[in-house]
Amino acid sequence: MQDAATERAAVVSTLMDRTQTRNGTDIMPHTARPISPHLDIYRWQLTMTLSIIHRATGIALAVGTLLVIWALFALAAGAESFAHVQAFCASKIGLVLLIGWTWSLFFHLGNGIRHLAWDTGWGFEIPRAYATGWTVVVFSLLATALVWTCVFVRGGVA
Amino acid sequence: MSGASQGNPARFRTPLKGVRGLGPAKEGIHHFVIQRMTAVALVPLTLWLVWLVLRVMHADYAQARALVHDPLNATLLLAFVLALFWHVQLGIQVVLEDYVHTRWLEVTAQVLLKFFCVLGVLACWFAIVRIALA
Repeated sequence: MQDAATERAAVVSTLMDRTQTRNGTDIMPHTARPISPHLDIYRWQLTMTLSIIHRATGIALAVGTLLVIWALFALAAGAESFAHVQAFCASKIGLVLLIGWTWSLFFHLGNGIRHLAWDTGWGFEIPRAYATGWTVVVFSLLATALVWTCVFVRGGVA
Repeated sequence: MSGASQGNPARFRTPLKGVRGLGPAKEGIHHFVIQRMTAVALVPLTLWLVWLVLRVMHADYAQARALVHDPLNATLLLAFVLALFWHVQLGIQVVLEDYVHTRWLEVTAQVLLKFFCVLGVLACWFAIVRIALA
């Protein structure tokens, strides 16, 4: 019993150290609550996953602007330069990148529209946030499949 | 309390100083507004671009050039490129603000990002105009 009490006092003291400012005033109640929603203790869920993917696809698409610059420059420069772009796009790495960028584009586009709807105040209810979230996932996959079906039906890239 | 009456200037400094030019002055939402405006512009422009790229993919060089040479396509491409790089700048700026915690690294990255985006727009515009006017 004595030991338990000592242990408890030590825990309380540690917590007080953490929750007090330099001059000793309390800034938090003395309970062992998690301090903030840290990712490692958060239950993984659709809404946060889509939020992270939105950022990741945004970064990927920003890198993809390099291809836009290159392709336009090559088109302006001449047939030979443009052939390099086409060869890159038809290569295995090119294909993987292009398909990845296509999906990123449609995801970021769809989820961006979801964000615009939120900006008007619409769609914050939990069931609706999930419904629109799944809609974006399905839309991005279908649109990517449609675009690449069009490409391959007409004989692949370039 | 007595400080104010004795003319201590520090007493007259309110938190207002720190927020002037931000929210209530309608300047702090500039980033938010432009990010949304470029986003709205990019919705139709991106869908149109996918359509254009699908046509370019199966075109030979002359046909691809002819597509960009078309005045409507050239105009929409100029608009797309501007909205694109502006949106990229605003988006990556926030990512850098969130994840780069070393001050000099962050400032350097922010400056390089802005340089890249401005150069990106100029390069693309130059290429498009060159094809359109050729």
